[in-house]
Amino acid sequence: MPALAPVAGGTKVPSGAGVQRRARTAYLLLIPGIAWLGLFFVVPLVSLFFTSLQAPTGTPGVYQPGFEVANYVTAISDYWPQFIRSFIYSGIATVLALVIAYPLAYFIAFRAGKWRALLLVLVVAPFFASFLLRTYAWRTILADEGFITTTLNALHLLPDNRILNTPIAVIAGLTYNFLPFMILPLYAALERIDPRLIEAAGDLYSSPFTGFRKVVWPLSLPGVVAGTLLTFIPASGDYINATLLGSPQDRMVGNAIQTNFLQFRDYPVASALSFIMMAIILTLVFVYIRRAGTEDLV
Amino acid sequence: MSKRPLSPEASAVVAMARSGLSRRRLLQVAGITGVAATAAACGAGGGGTASSSGAAPGPSPAQDLSDTEKFVNWANWPLYIDVDDATGAYPTLEAFTAATGITVNYTEDINDNNEFFAKVRAQLESGQSIDRDIVVLTDWMAALWIQSGFAVKLDKAAMPNSANLLPNYTNVSFDPGREYSLPWFSGFGCFGWNKALLQEALGTDTLTSLSQLWDPKLKGRITLLSEMRDTMGIIMAAQGADPSNFTDDQFQAAIAELQAQIDSGQVRQVSGNDYIAALETGDVIAVIGWSGDMFQLGDDFGVGLPDTGGMLWTDNMLIPSVATHKKNAEAVMNYYYDPKVAAEVAAYVQYVSPVAGAKEAMAAIDPALAENQWIFPSEEKLANSFVFMTLTPEQDVAYQREFQKAIGF
Repeated sequence: MPALAPVAGGTKVPSGAGVQRRARTAYLLLIPGIAWLGLFFVVPLVSLFFTSLQAPTGTPGVYQPGFEVANYVTAISDYWPQFIRSFIYSGIATVLALVIAYPLAYFIAFRAGKWRALLLVLVVAPFFASFLLRTYAWRTILADEGFITTTLNALHLLPDNRILNTPIAVIAGLTYNFLPFMILPLYAALERIDPRLIEAAGDLYSSPFTGFRKVVWPLSLPGVVAGTLLTFIPASGDYINATLLGSPQDRMVGNAIQTNFLQFRDYPVASALSFIMMAIILTLVFVYIRRAGTEDLV
Repeated sequence: MSKRPLSPEASAVVAMARSGLSRRRLLQVAGITGVAATAAACGAGGGGTASSSGAAPGPSPAQDLSDTEKFVNWANWPLYIDVDDATGAYPTLEAFTAATGITVNYTEDINDNNEFFAKVRAQLESGQSIDRDIVVLTDWMAALWIQSGFAVKLDKAAMPNSANLLPNYTNVSFDPGREYSLPWFSGFGCFGWNKALLQEALGTDTLTSLSQLWDPKLKGRITLLSEMRDTMGIIMAAQGADPSNFTDDQFQAAIAELQAQIDSGQVRQVSGNDYIAALETGDVIAVIGWSGDMFQLGDDFGVGLPDTGGMLWTDNMLIPSVATHKKNAEAVMNYYYDPKVAAEVAAYVQYVSPVAGAKEAMAAIDPALAENQWIFPSEEKLANSFVFMTLTPEQDVAYQREFQKAIGF
């Protein structure tokens, strides 16, 4: 709960009524945030949880309150391949995004000079077009008769002789669509690093690589953690890339949730899928952040 | 044209609406203290409660304001009516307004049967207005509306032109005698292909059988429709079953065939109208698609029914139980059953007109179109196409599940 930090900070000065008043002000300031989260996060979440336990009534699309744990069993037994795919695809996309984004963010932070603002605008520029439109554009870019596919085919690099409607296209789409979410936190972290620290490393006879490994990389870790989370979490829940760029064998959990909600009107199983997804992501994120907090990740 | 898949954007919106946070729900929530009570209220809202059962007869029809409010709200599918390409106006609708003084608010907001139903279902169940006086739904969805009491009986006396309905449309299982519905257009679920690429791959420029579609030389170059009834109907017909009267086992056998083709990578994608773009770019050589769509692609592309039979579907006009301009809506329906008007629309949309006399009227507009077998199908063509069996809501869900599972959802 980072939101509570100011309260703790405010109690540093110990003086009776003043402390109380300040604490009260702090709590008052918290009200909008808590109300917002309560209404738009906690309430839907609780609602979703109860929906995930509803029992069928026999009429399709109509359910009654219950304690139907079977919904969770169905969700896992019917859709485990989609779960595995979701995490593999989004995991690969996150690593790719990191590999692509880090040098770029490094360049913008340390070497771009007067171009820095322009480059940052360019990073954000794709957001001016709709997510859907950008993904559709990839269908043209990766089309069988397109430049990329024909070139790779000429080099005999593609097992299926195509990119579109394969996992490669889905991962490429995920990487592309969430790349700005990786670049921006990385840039923010790198930009804060004092360049004199790097110079100091050089003065102490470290090679540029050692300087990077011992100085820049550890200092940029908060950016790496934020960037990977901001990429991985939405990517694993995404269904647009799998729908537009994948084949029937490449569907992800997002597709399963969508189909259950809209096609089958099976709200309990769709909610159960959402909850399982949330639980897995929370666990992964928890482990990841714990490790990132130590030196394990370095 | 008529059965687009749910666009991801639209479905996201619907999914959000489904999460139980309607304005009404929020107010309700705000008024309740205690998390448990809140949760119970919302939890029920997410999935529809048992008390508001969909199978129960719908609420009684709304009051008809037609005499005081001279307009009617019509919801239809995109690209499903004649458009003046220069001005974007709808010529037949304008003529209707000029003749009757009734303004038609025409919106193209039905993209998918399920999606549209999900959008208006809660209002229909609680008897609230959906601001639409005419909706156009495919047979099976129209059946669901009529069964659930969400549609009102038409006043045929007020619609003399409704007698122009072709006889083969009159006695459908879901609405004997057409008391609640009138067909808008029909179309075929059939094969479509790129002639040059098919010639290259198979050495022929005509696709006639499903086994050709499954030819390994077309691996990864074919798509199927995400509309279960069209894809499964064609597969069942090819297996010798009757799509208009089949057994569970026959459906399972067809699912097995579909699954095998998906698993082997033969099928590149299963989608709605998206296949048109893929055919155009050459990514896809052959498809199971919709007849009207193929005509837009031009002469480089072929269209044909499988020799074992294709699918015939119909989209129907209904008046929702909560509609407030019933009389005006009936006037519109009556107008479009004038053969001349029907021919004018058919000439534009190129789907099958259900109106008797439209063919003769079409001859005056464009003699070539009057001979077009896909707009005015011959007996032979109709004999080689099936109308998918009417399913109970339970069957529908069970079959949809099997189908969606096979295609990876």
